[in-house]
Amino acid sequence: MKLRTLSVALAAAGLGFGLSAQAAGISDDVIRIGFIADMSGVYADIDGNAGADAIRMAIADMGGEINGKKIELLTADHQNKADIASARAREWFDQQHLDMLIGGTNSATALAMAAVAAEKKKPFMVVGAGSSALTNAQCTPYTVHYAYNTVALANGTGSAVVREGGKSWFYLTADYAFGHSLEQDTMKVVEKSGGKNLGAVRAPLATTDFSSFLLQAQSSGAEVLGLANAGGDFINSVKAAKEFGITNTMKLAGLLVFINDVHALGLENTTGLYLTTAWYWNQDDASRAWSKRFFEKHDRAPSFLQAGDYSAAKTYLEAVKAIGTDDGDAIMKQLKSVTVNDMFIKNGHIRKDGLMMHDMYLAQVKKPDQSKAAWDYYNIVRTLPAESVFGAESTSTCALK
Amino acid sequence: MTQLFGVPIQALLGQLLLGLVNGSFYAVLSLGLAVIFGLLNIINFTHGALYMLGAFIAWMGLQYLGLNYWIMLFVAPVIVGLFGIVLERLLLRRLYKLDPLYGLLLTFGLTLLIEGLFRSFYGVSGQPYSTPALLRGGVNLGFMFLPIYRAWVVVASILACLLTWFIIEKTRLGALLRAGTENPKLVEAFGVNVPLMISLTFGFGVGLAGFAGVLAAPILQVSPLMGSNLIIVVFAVVVIGGMGSILGSIVTGLGLGIIEGFTKVFWPEASSTVVFIIMVIVLLTRPAGLFGKES
Repeated sequence: MKLRTLSVALAAAGLGFGLSAQAAGISDDVIRIGFIADMSGVYADIDGNAGADAIRMAIADMGGEINGKKIELLTADHQNKADIASARAREWFDQQHLDMLIGGTNSATALAMAAVAAEKKKPFMVVGAGSSALTNAQCTPYTVHYAYNTVALANGTGSAVVREGGKSWFYLTADYAFGHSLEQDTMKVVEKSGGKNLGAVRAPLATTDFSSFLLQAQSSGAEVLGLANAGGDFINSVKAAKEFGITNTMKLAGLLVFINDVHALGLENTTGLYLTTAWYWNQDDASRAWSKRFFEKHDRAPSFLQAGDYSAAKTYLEAVKAIGTDDGDAIMKQLKSVTVNDMFIKNGHIRKDGLMMHDMYLAQVKKPDQSKAAWDYYNIVRTLPAESVFGAESTSTCALK
Repeated sequence: MTQLFGVPIQALLGQLLLGLVNGSFYAVLSLGLAVIFGLLNIINFTHGALYMLGAFIAWMGLQYLGLNYWIMLFVAPVIVGLFGIVLERLLLRRLYKLDPLYGLLLTFGLTLLIEGLFRSFYGVSGQPYSTPALLRGGVNLGFMFLPIYRAWVVVASILACLLTWFIIEKTRLGALLRAGTENPKLVEAFGVNVPLMISLTFGFGVGLAGFAGVLAAPILQVSPLMGSNLIIVVFAVVVIGGMGSILGSIVTGLGLGIIEGFTKVFWPEASSTVVFIIMVIVLLTRPAGLFGKES
């Protein structure tokens, strides 16, 4: 009876563990794409399982096969832990004959996976993570930084807010690779635009109560509170800022904001916020058409990361189709030689350092009465040309250029 | 601006006040844990998940039934308490004769189940829950802007703690409870239904967790992860205060919240570990906890 009870308890516990999808079969006549992202933590909604579905849409749109070879998708949850991400990537490359890896959110995991992909000489397309280190100090010949990076966010949102009169800045930063990158890149932009950086406070990833950090921000006397965080962290800090009256004395600058965050916070809390985005579901007919497919499955609008997952997978598959092989080096050569034009990217090309150059957009969140339909949240203020928002290739510290 | 140890007095007072608010949560949660462990000898790992359940029930009440915060403040703890009673009757009851570690294993597994279930339905971004209209806005204290809701949390938590302490230490029911767990056979011989009392106590303990959950809903996001973030710290609080001591957990909870606030001013990186450092020191010098009794 004791043993039975114990095994029942353990079985109940076992059911509770999150399981990740496993692919069956280890055949080499298959094109295998892997997707490792945060599927259950603070970044699960902006990318996560819906991002995996976006990749499945790309596979379906390619017909599910190329030249008779089937296309397969493996997915895993890295739980925002770099060691889990790199172990999984390594296992897939070694044992499952993975041909290409797509990286979801969390820059620390992306940096770890980039190292593994480089070692295995397979393409690694980073969609979810933002740290500019991926195409600078830690660039590799196999990394493609596809959707956005912290330099673009700093140039886009940072200069827009300084231009509006926000001269002195204090930062609330997520204490890991992404937050540090974003904070450093924005500090540079603020100084270059004639502003002043008064300091920063670092909060651990997935902090829920930002009240004490915000008090420190307020006592700095800065005009602008730069939020160098994303996802659940961003949502919590905005709520707390409102609650503690910070918004009465400081302007909020969300350095990485997704449509899911605006939805969670509501327009009343986010109206007027500037944000830099790679794509917006309502920007043109092609985007609207794709977003409608996504909406039917997930009952919400896609974030630009999920659109980016679709585009990255499709671009890779088209490269495979074009040259007829999934060999890592050949694919990288092909990817860096084409111009990408799809619903996500217009006139995109990949630089030698791996950065996908494409135009970004400066958007501003609408006022509640300006929003005419569900998820109608952004006004696109202007297009940010690739060269100005990502910086010239000469500014990159990558050894490959 | 006057300074104390190189820190503006404004910032210090602000952090202390915030620490008091956090401390109130620690106090209510560790109180529930202490009641359950002290009286029932169960290490209840589901406490965090049931706190989360309380917050979710408050949210669901508002979302699906339009029941406001004040109603859910009473209804949610009752529902969580009833759920706790069901758990106790069905599962925990079988483990009383065994090593407390079995209870830990079971409740840990239950936590994973409950959190996993909510995560699969509701994602992790959390559901927004707005502050009740009566408690919105804040008071400008000069050194900081104190949201009225946070002051309410402190008041409500202290009231709940005092009520619990009073019931357990000063009423006949409490006396019966304490007697029933020390010597159940003897108390049963007096005609008291001890198993029922134990179930109700467990229900009450987890009801406190549910109550804390409703209090937390407007402050933190109603997210499936909210319990797991807090539960380890709460356990540390209970260990420091003394596993069975009601007064110990109240005082320790509030005290540690304030100490955490202090630490955030002088050495922010250490703020998440200071509770554990204190736990280590206390265990080395007074193993039974600050207010615990050596058994």
